Amino acid sequence: MVFALFMIGTTFSVANATTRQSATTLARSAAVDEGRQIFLKGCSSCHGLNAEGGAIAPSLIGVGAADVDFQVGTGRMPMADMTVQAMRKKPAYTPDQVAALAAYVASLSPGPAIPSADVINYERDGNTAQGGELFRTNCAMCHNFAGQGGALSQGKFAPSLMQATPTQIYEALVLGPQSMPVFSDKILTPTEKLSIIKWIKAAQAEPAHGGASLGRVGPVTEGLLIWTLGLGLLIGIAVWLATKAR
Amino acid sequence: MSAPQTPAGKVANYVDERTGAAKWLKKNLTKVFPDHWSFMLGEIALYSFIILLLSGVFLTFWFDPSQREVLYQGSYQPLSGIKMSAAYVSTLHISFDIRGGLLMRQIHHWAALLFMAAIVAHLLRVFFTGAYRKPREFNWIIGVGLLTLGIVEGFLGYSLPDDLLSGTGIRIAEAIIQAMPVVGSYLSFFAFGGPFPGDAFIPRIFTVHVLLLPGLFLALITAHLMLVWYQKHTQYPGPGRTEKNVVGYPLMPVYMAKAGGFFFIVFGVTALLSALASINPIWLYGPYTPGQISAGSQPDWYMGWLDGLVRMSPPIETHAFGHTISWNILIPGLIVPGILFTGMALYPFIESWFTGDKREHHLLDRPRNAPNRTALGAMSLTFILVTLLNGGNDIIATHFSLTINQIMWFSRIGIFVLPPIAYVITKRLCLSLQRADRDLVLHGKETGRLMMSAEGEFIEVHEPISKEKAWTLTQHEQPVALEHLTEDEHGVRNPNSRGSKLRARISRADAEQIQKPGGDTHREIE
Repeated sequence: MVFALFMIGTTFSVANATTRQSATTLARSAAVDEGRQIFLKGCSSCHGLNAEGGAIAPSLIGVGAADVDFQVGTGRMPMADMTVQAMRKKPAYTPDQVAALAAYVASLSPGPAIPSADVINYERDGNTAQGGELFRTNCAMCHNFAGQGGALSQGKFAPSLMQATPTQIYEALVLGPQSMPVFSDKILTPTEKLSIIKWIKAAQAEPAHGGASLGRVGPVTEGLLIWTLGLGLLIGIAVWLATKAR
Repeated sequence: MSAPQTPAGKVANYVDERTGAAKWLKKNLTKVFPDHWSFMLGEIALYSFIILLLSGVFLTFWFDPSQREVLYQGSYQPLSGIKMSAAYVSTLHISFDIRGGLLMRQIHHWAALLFMAAIVAHLLRVFFTGAYRKPREFNWIIGVGLLTLGIVEGFLGYSLPDDLLSGTGIRIAEAIIQAMPVVGSYLSFFAFGGPFPGDAFIPRIFTVHVLLLPGLFLALITAHLMLVWYQKHTQYPGPGRTEKNVVGYPLMPVYMAKAGGFFFIVFGVTALLSALASINPIWLYGPYTPGQISAGSQPDWYMGWLDGLVRMSPPIETHAFGHTISWNILIPGLIVPGILFTGMALYPFIESWFTGDKREHHLLDRPRNAPNRTALGAMSLTFILVTLLNGGNDIIATHFSLTINQIMWFSRIGIFVLPPIAYVITKRLCLSLQRADRDLVLHGKETGRLMMSAEGEFIEVHEPISKEKAWTLTQHEQPVALEHLTEDEHGVRNPNSRGSKLRARISRADAEQIQKPGGDTHREIE
């Protein structure tokens, strides 16, 4: 009796599990199909009908869901034009559509997955000050000391990080999009990546100590201000003082 | 003379009986200075120097010029627990924990930028009006010295906090020192007390920054002002103004009030700027570590031209006898600045050589009446502007959607092509303005009234300008080109024939003028 009950229970739970499993598989395949449709309409003209790539765009087989989430989620793909590099802009697709596209591309061949909320819990696992050190050692040479971005050769540039979300930063570190190098887990451990994210979030929220920040791009804007507003104002006053005396 | 009755008079008398100051003061307080806004540019520099001294003293109360390594425990959280130098920690401390410290730091730094900007503006005024001519050549050289010292002093101040940007600047300075052939590496080891960065440099430059250079500044500024006092101030030409008089207002009370008031205005504008706009946010740069660098690392503007020169130089090196000569640093970092500053310092003598003018000048030139000088100034200014532009090439590239390579090539070519173009355009502009002046004197000013003659012809009525104005427009003398003398009047060959030929050529270019209206052409109707 006990055995029979145990068997029934086990069978039921196994059966139940199978249906649940198949339900998620179904949902996933629905997402893959939707993603495929979006892909055929929006991406295949450059990336090929089966994402195999073409003369002007790389193959997407094996790039993984993270890549799609980053490139499409930041609005860089679809590209506005084929000039120097893809720009961050308003995403062309809704988050659901991006997820479907990501599911489709991930279904072609395994690649880096979108980091889960637990993986990128930077508030819990990151350290701001250490992140700052890591940022200045690994990122500031292109992205500037405050994450404002900077110029690279031939018109390429490291973008500003002021709008980047934690997931996007993590994905960029893992993938190395465009001119950016890949920061594998051997170069920056996941915890170190989270510290960098935590520092960037702090930099995004950095209060304007000492008044207007002047863009946080270093002394160039300061020099511009002293020659225009500073000296300009004083020369104006000097002219006024000299005129009054007449 | 009766004894003074009022208390103030009694005090004054008491002091005078013991110092004899009254006679000296009486003479000097009534000294007359001419009035013009452009004469106040040097004042802005002087007042920002005073602001620099005051705010600098405040900063030394808390700044710790030491490269000793400390763990930061202060109130700026994003740097908490990071190892850094005591100099950087104390700068953070001044910025975040000392009452008014950040404001004082910002006043000090904005005043430094203003000091340099005012010096350059003052220099341009002196140059373009020919105020450096005899007897003021020494004062011009002192001014060039002050400019040079200002650049060095500013750079040292920028280097003191030991943040990432400071360290980057010092690293480049080290590279420039090392680029000197033969002595470079020895000098570098001498300056840094060993290999870079070491722990001796910041304490050393602190002494130079707060003691040695301010002392030199005080001495040179005093000499600069004493010479102005002794030689009297130059004045713009006008009716009643000659080479032998000074038309203006007495020091007491007019300039005492004006200059005193202007000091407070300069202080006020500096304080306003410092309260509203952040400058050198060292907490964002982070502490200096030789392994780190930030995109967009720039010097302050007065060093930007030097950075721009270094940025545009192609990578050329020579290897000889086991040594490397880095021409890419040596030429833009040392040779070109050396030529620029030497040329600038010697310019009064060069000009007097090719004009042959050895007389004293107290009346200023209107820039258009010295087309060659004005064009040379515009040429030099264009050169510096191109280098300055290239110094900010990365920021310009990102903010104006250009590429660094475009800007670099623009500068590399522009540095040779644009200054001569600026020379030609400026000279033509000056000559055109001379023509306009001549026209104004001969035909009067336009009134905007149209008159129809009996035949139906329309004529615009011109009104003669005032006598004063006509005087101002025609008082200047026009230079005469020097002759190339191959032999003197006795038929002896000129031993310096080549020099004389060169001089005659430059003099010819210098003497190119539009004939000003003279007595006979005056009122002539064409």
